[in-house]
Parts: sequence; C-alpha cells; structure tokens
Amino acid sequence: MNPTYAHMLQQEVPLSWYLLLSAVLFCLGVLGFLIKRNLITVFMSIELMLNGVNLSFVTFAHQWHAVKGQIFVFFVMVVAAAEAAVGLAIIIAIFRARATLAVDRIDLMKL
Amino acid sequence: MNANLHLWLIPLLPFVGFVINGTLGRRLPQWLVSAIALVMPLAALAVVFNAFTATASGLPLPCVETCPIAWINAGTLHVNFSFVLDQLSLVMLLVVTGVGFLIHIYSVGYMAHEEGYWRFFSYMNLFMFFMTVLVLAGNALVMFVGWEGVGLASYLLIGFYFQRDSAADAGKKAFIVNRIGDFGFLIGMFLLLANFGTLTFSEIAAQLAANPAWSGGILTVIALCLLLGATGKSAQLPLYIWLPDAMEGPTPVSALIHAATMVTAGVYMIARTHALFDRSPFALAVVAIVGAATALFAATIGLVQNDIKRVLAYSTISQLGYMFLGCGVAAYSAAIFHLMTHAFFKALLFLAAGSVIHALGGEQDLRKMGGLRKKLPITFLTMTAAVFAIVGFPGLAAFFSKDAILYAAFVHGGSGRILWFVGLVTASLTSFYMFRLWYLTFLGESRSQGAHPHESPWSMRGPLVILALLSVGGGWIGIERFATWLAPSTGVRAVEAGNSQLEVPLSILAVAVALLGWYVADRFYRRRPESPGQLAATLPAGYQLLAHKYFVDEICTWTIVKPLLALSRLLLEWVVDVAVLGGLAWLLAGIARLAGAILQRWQSGNLRSYAAWLAFGAAALLIFVFVPWSTFLAGFGIHLSMAGQ
Repeated sequence: MNPTYAHMLQQEVPLSWYLLLSAVLFCLGVLGFLIKRNLITVFMSIELMLNGVNLSFVTFAHQWHAVKGQIFVFFVMVVAAAEAAVGLAIIIAIFRARATLAVDRIDLMKL
Repeated sequence: MNANLHLWLIPLLPFVGFVINGTLGRRLPQWLVSAIALVMPLAALAVVFNAFTATASGLPLPCVETCPIAWINAGTLHVNFSFVLDQLSLVMLLVVTGVGFLIHIYSVGYMAHEEGYWRFFSYMNLFMFFMTVLVLAGNALVMFVGWEGVGLASYLLIGFYFQRDSAADAGKKAFIVNRIGDFGFLIGMFLLLANFGTLTFSEIAAQLAANPAWSGGILTVIALCLLLGATGKSAQLPLYIWLPDAMEGPTPVSALIHAATMVTAGVYMIARTHALFDRSPFALAVVAIVGAATALFAATIGLVQNDIKRVLAYSTISQLGYMFLGCGVAAYSAAIFHLMTHAFFKALLFLAAGSVIHALGGEQDLRKMGGLRKKLPITFLTMTAAVFAIVGFPGLAAFFSKDAILYAAFVHGGSGRILWFVGLVTASLTSFYMFRLWYLTFLGESRSQGAHPHESPWSMRGPLVILALLSVGGGWIGIERFATWLAPSTGVRAVEAGNSQLEVPLSILAVAVALLGWYVADRFYRRRPESPGQLAATLPAGYQLLAHKYFVDEICTWTIVKPLLALSRLLLEWVVDVAVLGGLAWLLAGIARLAGAILQRWQSGNLRSYAAWLAFGAAALLIFVFVPWSTFLAGFGIHLSMAGQ
C-alpha cells in the first residue's frame, strides 16, 4: 500500500469536510424543493434536507464524543418515516382527486 | 354636652329608609314600606326636637360636629364632613323634618293606589337625607353635596310618572336649568377658596369680621356667583322656568320639594353666607331687585293660570321673591321667618289642592271645579286657613312675616321705597289670585261632569289640619322675638324693631291692598262670573301675554334651546360623529383594505413560492445573525449603540 495513502487513512477526516458535505446535501434538497415540479421529487428533496442535517448531527456527536447528537438523528429518522407515511398517503389522495402531481396545479388554497 | 346631640343621625336615618325601601321595597308589603318610610323621618324629627329642647335649656350654640376622618386633605385644601347646629339650621331642620314628616303621612293616603309606591317613598327619604345634609352643612362643599342631592331627588320625583313624556321632560328641564345655577355656586366656591383659603362658613365670617375694611370687589363677584346658584335652586328670575313644569310630579312632591323646603335652599344659602353679602351693597341690591321683580312677575302670571297647581307654583315663585327681597335689604331674619310660615301655608295649599285633585279623580283644571265646599268640608276649611294666611289676613302667618319684609324694605332707605311698593302691589295680586283659586274651587256651582267628589282618608286630612293650625299660629312668635333669637346666626342687622308709628300704618296699608285683591276676586268670580271673560276680551293682548306666561318658554325655546340643539347637532352629529369618528373608522378600514390588497398576492396558493419565501426568510435570518454588522458598519463610520459596548 502506498505509504502516503496509508498515512492519509490513519489521519482523521477534517470536520469541515463533513460539514461541507452536509451543507451541499441540504442546499441540493432546498434547490430541488424549489425548482422541481413533481410532488414526489419535492418530497424526496425534503428527505435529502433531513439527511443533510442528520449528517451534521452525527459529525458533531463524533467530534464532541456526545451521544445526544446520535439520539437526535434517530428521532429525525422516526419523524421522517412518519412523515413519509403521511405524506405519501396525501400524495396518493391528491393524485386520485386531481390526476396530476404537478405542484403548480395544486393550488386549492389560493384566494 | 356636644356629643349627645348626634346630629349625624338626622340625615342618616332617612338615608337608611331610602336604602331599605330602594333595595327591598319592591318585595315588601305596602304597609311595611310605609312604616319604614314614616319611622325614619319621624326618628330624625325626634333627634331635631332633642336638639331643640337641649338648646332651649341652655345649650350654647353653635354646636359643631365634625367627622374625625378628613374628607379632602390636599395641599392647602382641607375639607371635613362637618355639621353645624345653630339657630338658623335649627329653624330649617324643624321645618324640613316637621313639614316633611307631615307630608310623608299625607303621601301614604295620596299615593296608596299608585304604581311604584315603594319607589316614591325611597325617593322621598332620599330627599330628606340630602336636604338635612344641606341644612346642617358646616362648609360650602358639604352644602353643595346636599344641594346637588336635593336636585337629584327633585329630578327623580318630578319624573316619577316617567311614562309620561311631559313628566320626563319636566324633570330634565329642572335638572338642566339648575345646572346653570350650580355653575355659579361652583365658581363662587372656587373664588372663596382662592381668596379665603377655606370653605367653612364660620371661618369665612371670622376672616371678614377681622378685616372690617374688606368690601366690594371680589366679595361682590363671589356674592353674585352664589346668588346665581340661589336663583337656580329657588326659581328666581331668570332661572325660574323649571318650577312651573315641576308640577308634573305627584302633588306631595310639589308640596315638600317645590314649595316648602328645597326651593327655599337659595334663601337659606344667602342667609348662611350673609357675612359675605353684608360687605357688598351692590350684590345685596341685586338680590333685592331680583326678589322684588320675581315676586311681581310671577304674581302677574299667576293671575290667569287655570291649572290649580300652576297657580300655586307661580305663587311659590312670587313668595320666594319676597324672601329674596328680605335678604336683599339685609333683613335675613324676616326672610327666614317668611320662609318658615311659607313652608306651613304653601305646603298646606299644595296638600289641600292635592286633596281636591284626589277627590276629582285627577282633575287639575280650575274651570272644571267649583262647589266643592260641601263635599270636602275639611279640605275647604284648611284651604281657607291657608288662603287667608298667605294673603296676610291680620293675625295669620303671612301677616307677620310678609309685613316684616315689607317694613324692612320700606325703612331700608334709597331704592327701598320702590321695592316696598312693588311688594305691596304683589301682595294685592297675591290676594287676587288666591281668592280666585278659592272661589273657583270651592264656591259657586259645580262645573265637574260625572265626578263624585269624596273627602280624602284621614291620613291626608290629619296633616292638613295640623298644617292649618301652624298656618294660623305660625306667625304668633312675632318677628321681634324671632329676630332676636336668630340674631347670633344672621347678624344683628336684622329688622330694627324701632319705629312702631310707621309699622302700624304700613300694616294697615298691606291689609288694605289684600282686601282690595279679595274684593276684585269676589266681584269677578262670585258676583259677576261672566266679567273675567269680558275683561279678557277687551284686553286680548294683555290677557294673551299673561296666559302664555310672557311667552318666556317660547322665547327660551327659540333663542336658547333650538340654537343649542342645532349647534350640537352640527357639532356633535356632523363634525364629531360623522366627520371625526366616521372618518377615522373609514380611514382605518381603508388602511386594512389596502394592506389586504397588497398582502393577498403573497397568498398565491403556490407551494413553491411559499417554500421560496421560507428559504429566503431563513437565509435573511442567518445573514442578520452571523454577519458582524457593527464591524461592517463601523467601516462606513456608522456606530451602533451596541458597538460601543
């Protein structure tokens, strides 16, 4: 094995890399949420944002050796699962009612 | 010695009666309401009698009772609840509680079948409470409490039949006209406070006595302000207009409030502050002229009125004018003497008139009475006593008191002779209209159709008889003895008892003009009943002028009431209500509508635009929190207050 590469493996990945990845994931989620027209893609963008946040949670938990961050991630996962169950149900209901999943056309609450 | 008089009980007892009847009266049986309403003034009367006997057996007057807790204690202003018993307040108390109690008894019979029996008696007790406070007051502010309170009771009782528009209007009229007078009283009090630093009557008198040089100037202004208050309450020119309308109240109310007690409060107030008036010859002259003018003016209107109570109302105004005349020539004891005798015979006249009205089932028009002498013997006899008493028949009440005032005016010097002459003319007019009323009511043929007159119950006849005895004998004390006794509280400038050679011819003259009035009334209404109509036909202008009360009400309506209403309609309805309030409401609604029109674009219903706003908001918040603004702005030379810390 390349000694340099092995040396790199022994070293800790810097904190900022994790956080950068987390921010990129989150921003991709936001971007997808804002520009995508399909409701399911929008929904997936939300999941992406949640996971971006989860990543920063575990990063800090590892950095500070605090288990609270990990626990928080579990909570977020549980909430995300529940949200997926409810959200997908709603999406199915909307599709049955309107035969479309285009976000722009689901504007029943418009004045 | 002082402590066992318990002056505070005198107002408090009727007040307890008011509270009980006012709160529980609706549920109590009628006999219990009457019992409470009668016992309380009777107990107050007993306390007054106790005080009277104590003074008769040598208790030095004045007696002052002050509430140990200060009422107002602000800077230099100190006012206490203090009650003063002196000769003046003792006379008034005897009249108020004595005549008041008799009228309460009478009311039990008179009001027996009326709706709101308990309400009537609670108001009557409330009146007794405030009137005794007014009389006992040791300073102007406590007097003002009573002053306003009797006005309130008067308002409530005038409007007792509030379902009738005329009664409700009359109550409002009395209240509003009295406000004008109260304004004068208030300004007078402020000036007293500014110039004397106290509102206590005895301290003001002491300061005046200590400075004999003070006269005129500000004292005249204060006296005139107080006089304005007195003309309002005592129905003198120009504020008399409310009293004739006040006859809308039940007749016992007219007797108690609008004849015997409340309307004399103005006279009492002038007598109470006489030290002030004595130092202002101008104010005294105004008092005398107002009194004489009112006496004559009201008497001329009384000549042609056809409502029995209105005749008596104008007679009351006229007699109050005599009292003012007496005060104006500094004969305070004569004025108070006339106040006392007037309370007896005028209360009797009203109660007897009430008995007549009761007998005829509510009829008040003199033209529909007549021939009641046989039907109502007790009423007839007592009314006769009152009529002879008021015209000054020798030996009866007003003979002594009215003559004392006329005599004081005559010897006053200066314009006193003119005032005396006016008083003399008024006396003959008084005699005419009283005998006119007497003839039209009791003599001649009955002109009432279908009525079956019946004598009143004993609860009504009893007070009539007692008041008749007082009307006959009320003057027998004699003005000299009365004035001497009253001198400590009204000053020694009362009627000088000297010149008896002058007094006898003046008395004879006064009796002669009274007989002249009787003769004319006899000729008009007994021997030639058609002649009043003929006279009215030959002098239509004069008759119409009197019958319409000099058109004063119409003039008031057109010069004061209507312009004021129009002004308030313009100002309140169009400027304040429509322009200011309506405009404000319109403006607020417009702002809300505009904001809504702009903000509703936000609510597009587009999920992605909501999300964009959310992201934008979160980004803005982050920028706001994490950008080091103070350092950033400091680069441009701007220093936030936070930056310095």
